Amino acid sequence: MQGYLVLENGKVFQGQRFGATGDVFAEIVFTTSMTGYLETLTDKSYGGQIVVQTFPLIGNYGVISPDFEGDQIGPAGYIVKEWCQIPSNWRSEGNLDTFFSAKNLVALSGIDTRALTKIIRNAGTMNACITSDPSSVDLAALNAYKVTGEVAKASTKEAYTVKAANEAKTVALLDCGVRNSVIAELNARGCTVTVYPYDTKAADILAAKPDGIVVAGGPGNPAENTDLIATIKDLAASGTPMFGIALGHQLLALAMGYQISALPSGHRGSNQPVRHTETGRVYITGQNHHYVVDIASLDNKAKVLFEHANDKSCEGIKYLEIPAFSTQFYGGPEDALFVFDDFVKMMEG
Amino acid sequence: MPLNKNLKKVLLIGSGPIVIGQAAEFDYAGTQACRALREDGIEVVLVNSNPATIMTDKVMADKIYIEPLTLDTIKRIIKLEKPDGILSGLGGQTGLTLSMQLAKSGFLDEHNVKLLGSFPDTIDKAEDRQIFKDTMISIGQPVIESQTVNTVDGALEFAEVIGYPVVVRPAFTLGGAGGGIAYSKEELAAYAENGLLLSPITQVLIEKCISGWKEIEFEVMRDSAGNAITICSLENFDPVGVHTGDSIVIAPAVTLADKELQMLRTAALDIVHALGVEGGCNVQMAMHPTSMEYTTIEVNPRVSRSSALASKATGYPIAKISTKVAIGYTLDEILNTVTGKSVCAFEPALDYVALKFPKWPFDKFIYAKRDLGTQMKATGEVMTLADSFEMAIMKAARGAEIGLDSLNMPKLKGITDEELRTRMQKPTDERLFEVFEALTRGLGVEEVHQTTMIDRWFLNKLMNLVNYEKLLAEGKLDEETYLYGKKLGYTDKVIRALSGQQLPSQAAPTYKMVDTCAAEFEATTPYFYATYNDPAAGGENEALPFVGKAKKGTVLVLGSGPIRIGQGIEFDYASVHCVQSLKKMGYEVVLINNNPETVSTDFDTADRLYFEALTPEDVMRVIELEKPIGVFVAFGGQTAIRLTKHLHQNGVRIIGASADCIDMAEDRERFDALLESLNIARPRGFAVKTKTEALAAAQKVGYPVLMRPSYVLGGQNMIIAFSDADIEEYMAIILEQDAENTVLIDKYIAGIEIEVDAICDGEDILIPGIMEHIERTGIHSGDSIALYPAKSVTKELEEKVFDITKRICKGLDALGMVNIQYILLDNEIYVIEVNPRASRTVPYLSKVTGVPMCELATRVSLGEKLADLGFGTGVFPVGEYVAVKVPVFSFEKLTDVDTQLGPEMKSTGEVLGLGRTEEEALFKGLVAAGYKLGRTGGVFLSVRDSDKAELPEIAAKFHSLGLPLYGTTGTVEILEKAGLPATVVPKIHENSENNVITLLESGAIGYIISTSAKGRDPRRDSVKIRRRAAILRIPCLTSLDTATALAGCLLGSYTQENTELVDMCTL
Repeated sequence: MQGYLVLENGKVFQGQRFGATGDVFAEIVFTTSMTGYLETLTDKSYGGQIVVQTFPLIGNYGVISPDFEGDQIGPAGYIVKEWCQIPSNWRSEGNLDTFFSAKNLVALSGIDTRALTKIIRNAGTMNACITSDPSSVDLAALNAYKVTGEVAKASTKEAYTVKAANEAKTVALLDCGVRNSVIAELNARGCTVTVYPYDTKAADILAAKPDGIVVAGGPGNPAENTDLIATIKDLAASGTPMFGIALGHQLLALAMGYQISALPSGHRGSNQPVRHTETGRVYITGQNHHYVVDIASLDNKAKVLFEHANDKSCEGIKYLEIPAFSTQFYGGPEDALFVFDDFVKMMEG
Repeated sequence: MPLNKNLKKVLLIGSGPIVIGQAAEFDYAGTQACRALREDGIEVVLVNSNPATIMTDKVMADKIYIEPLTLDTIKRIIKLEKPDGILSGLGGQTGLTLSMQLAKSGFLDEHNVKLLGSFPDTIDKAEDRQIFKDTMISIGQPVIESQTVNTVDGALEFAEVIGYPVVVRPAFTLGGAGGGIAYSKEELAAYAENGLLLSPITQVLIEKCISGWKEIEFEVMRDSAGNAITICSLENFDPVGVHTGDSIVIAPAVTLADKELQMLRTAALDIVHALGVEGGCNVQMAMHPTSMEYTTIEVNPRVSRSSALASKATGYPIAKISTKVAIGYTLDEILNTVTGKSVCAFEPALDYVALKFPKWPFDKFIYAKRDLGTQMKATGEVMTLADSFEMAIMKAARGAEIGLDSLNMPKLKGITDEELRTRMQKPTDERLFEVFEALTRGLGVEEVHQTTMIDRWFLNKLMNLVNYEKLLAEGKLDEETYLYGKKLGYTDKVIRALSGQQLPSQAAPTYKMVDTCAAEFEATTPYFYATYNDPAAGGENEALPFVGKAKKGTVLVLGSGPIRIGQGIEFDYASVHCVQSLKKMGYEVVLINNNPETVSTDFDTADRLYFEALTPEDVMRVIELEKPIGVFVAFGGQTAIRLTKHLHQNGVRIIGASADCIDMAEDRERFDALLESLNIARPRGFAVKTKTEALAAAQKVGYPVLMRPSYVLGGQNMIIAFSDADIEEYMAIILEQDAENTVLIDKYIAGIEIEVDAICDGEDILIPGIMEHIERTGIHSGDSIALYPAKSVTKELEEKVFDITKRICKGLDALGMVNIQYILLDNEIYVIEVNPRASRTVPYLSKVTGVPMCELATRVSLGEKLADLGFGTGVFPVGEYVAVKVPVFSFEKLTDVDTQLGPEMKSTGEVLGLGRTEEEALFKGLVAAGYKLGRTGGVFLSVRDSDKAELPEIAAKFHSLGLPLYGTTGTVEILEKAGLPATVVPKIHENSENNVITLLESGAIGYIISTSAKGRDPRRDSVKIRRRAAILRIPCLTSLDTATALAGCLLGSYTQENTELVDMCTL
């Protein structure tokens, strides 16, 4: 069935629909990761976004639920050049079309994804709509659309605990749209993780006396989460070791009084090089972000821990007066997993 | 860490002649390395014995030695040049091995030379089986379980531990004789018993069998600070069991889930860290198809064929970055010049797939075993870029120049299903087509998968092609069906043929850019490939903004496609020089080629590169977009020449020799008529179409006759026929390949062969040099030792050669480069062949004469006159040096190929020998070609009847050196009659314990002279002897002329210590 992508500038791409029916309004972003589409599809940090895969052949290894990063679909819409009708992998449970229909994800294939990516790249941020009837799209409304309230949607509604097999520490995780792999990495290091809804009071979290606190996820503009930022400020004041990941990294920076700005175009993919400022070593990481902590706003209480090797933007902060650090990157390549070890060491004092 | 400022002068070792497994990719790597070093102000000293390379061009390095790549020579060069460092990882296995020998012996330390790149410790960990295994175990990496055993029981016991099937590898048997895969206890007992018997130390290795696993590779880059990245993953279409050089390979890997990919990626990085690699490294892994089990097969800590492929597939210049890393830079200090915004410490993102398809020599070596296994057999490869696997494989099938334009192989249509099933079990060069045929016949993905273990993903993609062809066969061809076909990679011609319909329209490709980053950053890399995207789907042609801005006009240069026997790196050299000359002249230059190993497909060689197949449609689409003022076909070998007619008919201007000129040189009747009108002699001959005509023609001119198909390449299927039986055998072979082909039957004249490369500006000609072959006619010019200047050409003959050459050029109305082969007999000159294009000898001759032949040819083709170009007209004066071009073969890699030289070309590469005298040049050339020139060991002689008269003379030379002579009864009789003592050796069938083969294996023989009667058939004794010699690496001379030349060197006074080292930059 024919479907269309309408950009906020009025440009229309004709393709073929697959997955769920219906229209979707969202911000449009791309990812250059060549594998890892399942992780992307179940990553809540894509909330409110239509994701374009720049690699043209998607769905090759089918749907493998143990690899999911969350129990719900992250993106609002999905665009590929070609999806694989007969996937091949020993763990595959089926193809993307069936999966998307079941999970109610709107998707489009068959368009010139490279041409589209260049438009998105040059625009910085852009809204778009997937529809069956391009003439029905209200461009003014599309332009006005703003991604908002995504953290609430991404966060767990009830607190829950994932026990480590060999428990040595307890970690409180403030869920802004966390990826399952974050919990798994902590578990693997002997950390039992209690995942709290984003709107849990700081006092309630601290009452459980966790050895450390992780703020992880998620989608949207960090600055809109004012209550959450206040909670994080309180948590930081407690002196409990803290680790901010992705949106959590930005929220922690805001809580500590630093500024956020937008990159000309985001970092989107699993090939992003970051330099560890303490060793000079460069690691390849996975990223999906448009907002970035403003290095110029840092004072003598914080220093850049990781910088992007290309544009030198902030990819991690080490706080000097509280036991806390944060990284903008997450997932994908396993190069920088040592940050979890660093967090455990921090908890051990 | 920035650049090491202590490095003022660096020695770079090239990889030497092209052989199977080590091809043009090292010219590409070396050229990048030279540039990378000089960019940083480092003086470059280069050593390479291969003259047909861009890297040995004067402009590439400060000092260039085209000298033998031997330890002795390199040591002399180091003593002379006193470099501060030596780059070890850019010259293939040859350069690496030499560097390691120099390092380990302490020579480098003694001379204060720093080893840059791969270190001995790294190499040992990678190359020594046991150290590698220990290293893997120490970092927790799985290894292929194996154990050496000395008894059958031991073998059975270990097999119980690791499970069947197991591989049995007897220790120290030649070519792995006695080994195999055992699927059961019974089979293992049999293999082990036999293997233990064959092994001189009664030992076999029992190894877990992983054939059928997925083969995955990573190209990794690591710097001295420990930063490491994977440039790309590659997945083999053929599962483990086929050498990766013989596999169809796709990048990136497509059937691995991210979890699997990240696991292998992390393992690859861990391994590279453990090895301490600095620079590029290739890691080959095997992944179980239905579990998370994996193992590492092999690690190559150097720039390789795979890294050249990965460079072209991603746009990440691995050789250049390896060089930068070797001289001190870290990856985050090196800018990615493609984006200008990112650093080289990143991993390229592809928004397309790259596919490699090997080019095998089996079309030439019809008796060679086509089986593919652990020994690589391909001579070259093509790469294709596309946004689907289907399009990529379709582009590969038509671009590999194997006579196909789709995956349908006509000769498979007639075989039974049973035969097809049997054939598919064994990997050969034709398996892809057998698989496609099986799927077309409905054997089903599941059965084909079970038979071949090729992943279902690939098979299902092939099914898309099968289904499309079925759709076309129904005769349905609307706009949608047509566009779908274009997206699947079909040419218009094939769509028309399969559907029997006219096309509803003609779709134009949307060219896409290779930018290393999947459009994340703005890039202006002028490196494109064709896709088909509907305008409604947003289809954008990214090449369009680049086109039509040239002030002086755009010129298209066609490359030469995959490297094969008969069309090697020389043509890439020629294309690149044509491009460089055109750029100098102010033209904008567009190049089309599909060979990833080459300098021509480096994206900054031409102004724009289209990585496409050299077929009529693919080329025409580029022409329609680029609208060049004309096209050069003369520098891309036969690949480009073959397109001339099509281009001409479509109104495209051919720059240089016209389509008519090329036709006249190739069309037998027209060419004969021309020579007759010019009163120039040629061997008498006829063009025939059938066996009957061929036999009649041979009767008319009299045996021996030379027979070959017209439109030949490298003497493909060319033989000297001595009898009716020969004609019958070969007509059958030729007509099987192409029943329409015309076959030429010529009188064979045994004389001296002279070769001329001339440049013609339409009026005047310049002959940069006249070459003479050491071997008399009958051996293909590519396989002969070519001597310059020609010693048999007197001043008077030179004038005659010039006069004839000029008249032929004028008669053909040639423009640009012309190559002519003559026979000289009793002061008479006969023309054998004329090619109005750049030839194999162009780089060789350009280098030794100093005449920039490609540039002159390019300039005159566009209207300039020789008189104005500074090199004059006539025969260019000879310099102070004598040069020889010595061919190099890859026989030990090709099972069952007869090593006897003849009119069909068999060499894969060449080396240069340069000296003050013929003797010095020959000595250096032979040493460079791999002859040890030892003065020990016996000489086994076995010659054909026609050579017997000359036998005593040559045998006497070896005798005077004190080398004992051996021969079979007949030969020994002749020798003894001439007063030369010789030992009789029984023939193979005469005595199983003591015969020629056992003599060779005993190590008593240093040289073999074997010219005995026609070979080819691997069952013949003479062929068996020559094959054994190839495996044992005993020099085997199949022409008395080569033997005489070699004996001359042995009798002479030259050694590797007293030859002159010639810096080409001072010539």
